[in-house]
Amino acid sequence: MNLAIEVRGLTKQYPGVLAVNNIDFQVEKGKIFGFLGPNGAGKTTTQRILTGVIAPTSGSAKVMGFDIERRAFHAKSGIGVVPEMANAYTDLSAWDNLMLTGQLYGVSKQNRVKKAGELLEIFNLYDRKDEKVKVFSKGMKQKLLLGMALIHNPQLLFLDEPTSGLDVSSRRLIREMISKFNNEGITIFLSTHNIQEADELCHRIAIIDHGLIATIDSPKNLKKEFQSVQVIEVVFNVPIKDEGNLAKIGYVNKLQKTGDKFKLYTNNPDELVAKVLDFSKERGLKIISLNTLGPDLEEVFIKITEEHKGWDYERKKPSF
Amino acid sequence: MKEKNPLFSQIKSAWAITKKDINIYYLKAPVLIYGLIFPCFLFLAFFLGKNMPFTSLLPVVLAIAVFFTSSSVGPIITPWETRLRTLERLISCPVSLEFILLGDALASFLFGVGVTLVLFLFSIPFVLIGLKSLIILIAGVTLSSLSFSCLGILLSSPATDNPSNIMMLSNLVRLPLVFISGIFISFNKLPGLGKLIARFSPLTYTVDILRYSFHEEHQFPIGFSLGILFISTAIFLFLGMILHKRNLSYRF
Repeated sequence: MNLAIEVRGLTKQYPGVLAVNNIDFQVEKGKIFGFLGPNGAGKTTTQRILTGVIAPTSGSAKVMGFDIERRAFHAKSGIGVVPEMANAYTDLSAWDNLMLTGQLYGVSKQNRVKKAGELLEIFNLYDRKDEKVKVFSKGMKQKLLLGMALIHNPQLLFLDEPTSGLDVSSRRLIREMISKFNNEGITIFLSTHNIQEADELCHRIAIIDHGLIATIDSPKNLKKEFQSVQVIEVVFNVPIKDEGNLAKIGYVNKLQKTGDKFKLYTNNPDELVAKVLDFSKERGLKIISLNTLGPDLEEVFIKITEEHKGWDYERKKPSF
Repeated sequence: MKEKNPLFSQIKSAWAITKKDINIYYLKAPVLIYGLIFPCFLFLAFFLGKNMPFTSLLPVVLAIAVFFTSSSVGPIITPWETRLRTLERLISCPVSLEFILLGDALASFLFGVGVTLVLFLFSIPFVLIGLKSLIILIAGVTLSSLSFSCLGILLSSPATDNPSNIMMLSNLVRLPLVFISGIFISFNKLPGLGKLIARFSPLTYTVDILRYSFHEEHQFPIGFSLGILFISTAIFLFLGMILHKRNLSYRF
């Protein structure tokens, strides 16, 4: 298999905290790999190890075929990184930041001038190229960081929460760019806690929690695997007085009310629909809308992370 | 595609880091305050009103300048970049921590040599009267600047993202060195214990070389003093790299 990332038994122990606990996974070249997890799950630590920023306590990681510790120079030469927090040099201009990054990746002056101009045009920053980054908005900084990560035409791009805190148009632009770069053959390692983003963009997703990988699969298979997390969404014509009884009609695992909508979580949608019809007839209610929703990735994520609350994290490790 | 030579690429990267440091840090307040203004006032406080010919003061002026300027840039870079998360960007690039520190040390060295050169040029009329050996003077200033810039790198190794903490530590080390290194009290007037301690300060050898360069009384053979400055450069750089590497994980 043509692998961009190969991780074996990776562990990072800080004093009193096991940030990453003996994880294994692989990322195929040309794919978008989502690395999902709640805050503090170990996403950023894993990315920092894979980008050679910190050393693992044990285990190994190969990036573009090179061991990130023993052949760091070669491994790092093929990757671009957009870390979680904006870290362009705010005292330098956008242009100088791109030139510096190009120099650090050994890009010739002619190539980095050409590429920097192209990237600034793509990200609509060309007119602001001589301004210091300290006056840039968060969205502009994020676009610049993406440009800095691409100045040397990397084969693998690490993105840590790339759309976090951005407005809708910047978020959309960055997502479009991620898809575009992937279509051009760049492998993407996307660390995020934005489930919708991972669902839209990723070919495969790993869910990490408490430093352990809980599951790895495609978004489609993950949702299929959790068919029990199906939802019936119903809206009645008038407010109902005995809402609590709706949860007791049978086959309802959880009831959630949002506005005038009732969401009934079930593992038997067929039987539940019949029960909902009976419930409305008995009370003389009219059903305005009734929808069956498949499991969404958010529910899968919550279910997985909740399941793992009872784990013995020192010893237990799931197998795939 | 032609494979890159890691060593050559990293030397170029270190130079790119030096240029970046020059652009960003030379005009930062802590550098200007502790690298230029503070030593000026320190000098004036001790020598103003003393009836000494300027040629006798010149070795001291140059020693204070090279010491404070060379050791003022290095300490602020790493904590500053830790705070702004730019250090993480540098580390994720194909350049090792050792070459990043070399780039920082070079920026600090150039600041020290540059400021000392400006002082030297302003003092040309006096220099021409009193100068004994320009080559020894250049060698002394160069090796001293290298040693003190590497001292700055060593001082910046604690894993903090607060530049003022490091500047405090830096002054805690630098100020006592000024008093025990034969600047305000010449080496032969120091008490026995003072003389012993002064031998462990690289600044003692800087002052001694500069005094020799201007026909003033000196204590140690010039070759020995230059050797000590070279060894201290290697020790400060080596220790700095080890400690920076050890503390790297705790910076993020």
